[in-house]
Amino acid sequence: MESSETSTGEYILEVSNLKVYYYVIKGVVKAVDNVSFSLRKGEALGLVGESGCGKSTLGYALIRLVPPPGRIVGGTIKFKGIDILSMSEEEFRTKIRWKEISMIFQGALNALNPVIRVGDQIAEVYSLHLGLSKREGLMRARELLKIVRMEPDKVKSYPFELSGGMKQRVVIAMALALNPSLVIADEPTTALDVVTQAHILNLLKTIQRERGLTLILISHDLSLVAEIADTVAIMYAGKIVEYGPSDIVYKNPLHPYTDGLMRSIPRLTGEKSELVGIPGEPPDLINPPPGCRFHPRCKFAMDICKREEPPTVEFEHGHRVACWLHVKR
Amino acid sequence: MRVVSPVDTHKLDQRTLLYVKNLKVWFPLRKSITEILTMAPTKYVRAVDDITFTINEGEVFGLVGESGCGKTTTGRAILRLVDPTSGTVAYKPSEQTLKELIRAEGPRILLESKIHVDVTKIKNMKPLRREMQMIFQDPYGSLNPRQTVLSILMEPLEVHGIGETKRERIEIIMKTLELVKLVPPEDFLHRYPHHLSGGQRQRVGIARAIILRPKFIIADEPLSMLDVSIRTDILKLMMELKEKLGLTYLFITHDLALTRYVADRIAVMYLGKIVELGPTEKILSNPLHPYTRALIQAIPVPDPSRRKELKTPEIKGEVPSAVNIPPGCRFHPRCVALDRNPHLAGYCKVREPQLIEVEKDHFVACWLYSKA
Repeated sequence: MESSETSTGEYILEVSNLKVYYYVIKGVVKAVDNVSFSLRKGEALGLVGESGCGKSTLGYALIRLVPPPGRIVGGTIKFKGIDILSMSEEEFRTKIRWKEISMIFQGALNALNPVIRVGDQIAEVYSLHLGLSKREGLMRARELLKIVRMEPDKVKSYPFELSGGMKQRVVIAMALALNPSLVIADEPTTALDVVTQAHILNLLKTIQRERGLTLILISHDLSLVAEIADTVAIMYAGKIVEYGPSDIVYKNPLHPYTDGLMRSIPRLTGEKSELVGIPGEPPDLINPPPGCRFHPRCKFAMDICKREEPPTVEFEHGHRVACWLHVKR
Repeated sequence: MRVVSPVDTHKLDQRTLLYVKNLKVWFPLRKSITEILTMAPTKYVRAVDDITFTINEGEVFGLVGESGCGKTTTGRAILRLVDPTSGTVAYKPSEQTLKELIRAEGPRILLESKIHVDVTKIKNMKPLRREMQMIFQDPYGSLNPRQTVLSILMEPLEVHGIGETKRERIEIIMKTLELVKLVPPEDFLHRYPHHLSGGQRQRVGIARAIILRPKFIIADEPLSMLDVSIRTDILKLMMELKEKLGLTYLFITHDLALTRYVADRIAVMYLGKIVELGPTEKILSNPLHPYTRALIQAIPVPDPSRRKELKTPEIKGEVPSAVNIPPGCRFHPRCVALDRNPHLAGYCKVREPQLIEVEKDHFVACWLYSKA
């Protein structure tokens, strides 16, 4: 992989200093706080973190669907060089959402309407966005089901007639309906069994390759992400703490949090080193700890970690870490 | 190679704590109006369909399988949270509990071993519940949101009449909270579940399971709802308590990789049946049943260097419904090994394979391995 010193023209997505806050009665939840990263066309990014770290919120922000009381309060998102945050909602909805950027929502198994045949649900996408008739929409729906390796006749099925894996395929098909260039998949395989999960991953990989898709896979599971991601971003308490090519990050995690996550994964083969884990629990994002947000759980925490937020330091091949351990002073 | 069930090789002896034989749990389906009119036979969901295994004292026994395979129902049937349709669930109680049980139900509940009991009436399970407890999967749903930690933990003590005074009971509760590392305990007594994080709630769940000082605990996916970084701590706690309190676990999980770190032996379930049973290391390093093999192939590996390859587990189709279980070996419609050995079709599609011992302590129910 090239170093990140390339012209911006190559990037399909550039996020800089993005802030998404939820304004709740108790205070302000800084779910995404100053997040920056860029994606090349055809790249697969794995966005990894635990529940409540802001990874899903980040995904929602990219298609401007942050649920209230959440708001994007700062930063920019450039898609193919255009600032999509300054667009009007109308413009974004007609030009970008679903046509250019689409999303496979978490809990996809419940994302389908139980009383409408899946074909009609897919056809609805076409009638809303392209103004196609129901007949044309259904024809396209049949084509789409072929792409996700399903029998075209399944357009006539109701969701309850389909297995979990099949429903997931339908949801993936809907995300692909308008041929977007960027797809955000938010935990696309949770609630699926391992065998089905493997099939869905294969499908995502194949489709990504066939269509040159850019993919963002949001997951809590480092093993799953390793199966597909070229680049990984590790999020903790609203911040990206480590970012880089997956080959490098998995082999040589620099942030103590990433390292702790790696050591928490039970492995089926190889040396059975003891599972280490990370003491404590993720912080409350209304009152995150001062300085580095990970310091209360970090065994390497120094004085400065408690006082000042660590800057992001860049290493070879675009491997970036936000940790005082790696700041040369 | 002999055709034997695992119980015959692990004789019911002093060390056997739990003995499950030919356990079936079938749930009847409601009949449709046409079925009532045509007097069609009742259909059943065969959640657990004739399984047999034993657990030794001090052992961690893993029950592994995908959702819907019957692993949770097995656990619940052992504790009589659902009623078994048929079969034996026997347990070796302490001497005092044994006396109480015999007083309640007579010596007929004793098995041949004279130390194991198979209780028939649910109401007589009460003395046994002191010794057999459960840790539930969902730390959010398994604690009453309107009860404080104190009241959640007080309840089992009151039900079983442990501790003379309230003060004594609070003393026991404090000690138990210390055991699950919710310290200082007085900080937690008056909190409600919503004041606690997921990890802390699961610790309360564990405290509730151990407060009566049981010998046997069924842990039903105790980690799956927790964040990855917290899982290790909870797992360590469970293993520490096992040593401290001399516990035996039935560890129910869908995560084969995890069993490597906890279980001494595992049983792999598919559609209500145990298809493979043996020491964890043996099964993971040398899986024999085509289903176990597919499961292992499907597990994602945290190594991005192979991300460009497609990973196709050797298994066809999807799990059939537990109402219409395929004849013969219930795995045969999905089995890739059968395609490679078409000469076995006469067995696989017709006769149900029994568990056989292929190597020492390693059992598999598959026609590939029997010299029939």
